[in-house]
Amino acid sequence: MSLQSFLSVFRRGTLFPFSPSFVELERVKFQHIPQTSPAIMAFKQILSRALRSRPDQILSSPSAFSAARAFSSAPITATLFPGDGIGPEIAESVKQIFREAEVPIEWEEHYVGTEIDPRTQSFLTWESLESVRRNRVGLKGPMATPIGKGHRSLNLTLRKELNLYANVRPCYSLPGYKTRYDDVNLVTIRENTEGEYSGLEHQVVRGVVESLKIITRQASLRVAEYAFHYAKAHGRERVSAIHKANIMQKTDGLFLKCCREVAEKYPEITYEEVVIDNCCMMLVKNPALFDVLVMPNLYGDIISDLCAGLIGGLGLTPSCNIGEGGIALAEAVHGSAPDIAGKNLANPTALLLSGVSMLRHLELHDKADRIQKAVLETIAEGKYRTADLGGSSTTSDFTRAICDHL
Amino acid sequence: MARRSLPDLLKRLSPATAARSITYMPRPGDGTPRAVTLIPGDGMGPLVTGAVEQVMEAMHAPVYFERYEVRGDMKAFPSEVIESIRRNKVCLKGGLITPVGGGVSSLNVQLRKELDLYASLVNCRNMPGLPIRHEKVDIVVVRENTEGEYAGLEHEVVPGVVQSLKVITKHCSERIAEYAFEYAYLNNRKKVTAVHKANIMKLADGLFLESCREVAERYPAIAYNEIIVDNCCMQLVSRPEQFDVMVTPNLYGNLVANTAAGIAGGTGFMPGGNVGADHAVFEQGTSAGNVGKNENIITEKKANPMALLLSSAMMLRHLQFPSFADRLETAVGRVIADGKCRTKDIGGDSTTQEVVDAVIANID
Repeated sequence: MSLQSFLSVFRRGTLFPFSPSFVELERVKFQHIPQTSPAIMAFKQILSRALRSRPDQILSSPSAFSAARAFSSAPITATLFPGDGIGPEIAESVKQIFREAEVPIEWEEHYVGTEIDPRTQSFLTWESLESVRRNRVGLKGPMATPIGKGHRSLNLTLRKELNLYANVRPCYSLPGYKTRYDDVNLVTIRENTEGEYSGLEHQVVRGVVESLKIITRQASLRVAEYAFHYAKAHGRERVSAIHKANIMQKTDGLFLKCCREVAEKYPEITYEEVVIDNCCMMLVKNPALFDVLVMPNLYGDIISDLCAGLIGGLGLTPSCNIGEGGIALAEAVHGSAPDIAGKNLANPTALLLSGVSMLRHLELHDKADRIQKAVLETIAEGKYRTADLGGSSTTSDFTRAICDHL
Repeated sequence: MARRSLPDLLKRLSPATAARSITYMPRPGDGTPRAVTLIPGDGMGPLVTGAVEQVMEAMHAPVYFERYEVRGDMKAFPSEVIESIRRNKVCLKGGLITPVGGGVSSLNVQLRKELDLYASLVNCRNMPGLPIRHEKVDIVVVRENTEGEYAGLEHEVVPGVVQSLKVITKHCSERIAEYAFEYAYLNNRKKVTAVHKANIMKLADGLFLESCREVAERYPAIAYNEIIVDNCCMQLVSRPEQFDVMVTPNLYGNLVANTAAGIAGGTGFMPGGNVGADHAVFEQGTSAGNVGKNENIITEKKANPMALLLSSAMMLRHLQFPSFADRLETAVGRVIADGKCRTKDIGGDSTTQEVVDAVIANID
């Protein structure tokens, strides 16, 4: 091994060739991989392929950072942000269901403060962020952004501090809740840090404004890696990259180049590229054509909301943000609905399904399947539905019905 | 016209197709044939423009076409084509395929910038006979066509970091807002919705919104509201009847138009065009999936000509030949409602020629 690659190993901060603990291996996999010598790449690939096995064999597949935990008998600690408005009620719902399903998770609750914490420049306290960094896993309810200046928005704080680079939204039609589309089963993976949302704008002269869209190789590679890893881990067969590279040739061209590079490493997964206007049109005509979609920031925002609209709106859509080092923060993307707060009328489905995707990230697939099945069966049955789904049950009735279905 | 069977004759005599009363009084000489530049393009373009030529012949419409061959991978538009369009002021265009990521800037975008065609219009409307999931869709998307994200200003800052500029100017935003409200006023539309992402891109889309608001004040009879683009897509998919005219910057317009076309019945049926202060270029409203190099469709000659036929009807109205436009639209509507001649994009198996023959047979 050459001196340069030897030093690059030390620079990365992991003693990879000398003590390949499983945890370190997987953390390295999701960091940016600088150019290392072919020998190290081959060694890493062989090792990771040997360690990775079918995702439903929890005890024998130590892939993902929870390897150590799967072996240990101690429960997993996860951070919970109940949020505002209907947040606390639906968080209570989730805790109750997870308890009944005997999910080995202990919740560490944190609330948004009422004063700006100077260390984070926002209403989220440093302790909350540290807790997520420590536990590596979290669930977030809806947070109302306080109006005013002098502080960063809560979502922005979380994203920047925890380096959440990918937003994953699995969209599948809920049997029993009829929308115009019955056969939706896709996952949208959106790059969350750069692209058009860098926030770099300025006024050139009066009446002329410029906004910068930035695409970097590092971020594109990172999200493409995660997309293919997700597809593989969840048995998905196709990954589609969405772009507008016929017009924005260099920026989206770079994004596509990175996706192609990653696609070569996963020959068993079909890879295709779809122009975004084509994609929009095909999604509204026939959403069954898509499987996993990976996109830069702006397109991802629009397409993931479009897909949420296909299955029934934001009140039913789970979402999960993936950060550096394997951090996963699942969140409910709907608003905090202050008008029905505290009245036991809220629909906990979005937060529940987000909790399910959190469990899948933790490789607790049988628990995830159980809870998901219970939720879908309850909605399909139609006897207990909250007001937004067209029924008249309360949150507690709905929760009780799901627990009965477990 | 060909001999008709009894049911066809009875349909013709029904009140719905009674003769139109004379409300349009032309100036003497308005009937001289007008020259229109025709650019067949590549891929499916020649098939669909051929269809338009045949139908125009059959109707004896007072237009004649000046054909020019342009391919999508040329570096720039040949100057004789631009000259011709400047002279004729009206152009009908099939599709031009832009190579993906390939170092050639899109000819479509070049044409729009060269002729300053600053508004792109797409009319997405439910037509009886099309397989659809959404009812009561009647949306016109007015899209700014020259700046925004398609300014084409990109460069590599350092290796691995690329940057693209999105430019929004007050001048362009104002004139597209003017065009949208004027269109709504002249076509009896009740509401204009501005689509933006100003919560994130505060300066750029904020400037666009400011211009829209200023223009809205001058048209108090037309309702105006604003919607964020991701919410807009979600609403389009769940409740499209709330939208009427939508005015958008360049990129969002592309997405919204294609989504609206998809829910209204498919991009194969939506007419549209690009218009500027002096020139107008008519083409398919939204070209996703219906323009380009779909090999099977080209070799089997099964492209869908309906969108371009409806766009040519818009062109006939633009040229002030309203009764020809009416006849063409009625014929197309009848063919679609009949449902017997369907091309591949809506699940049928007819060739372009069969559809054209059906339209010609249905023209009064």
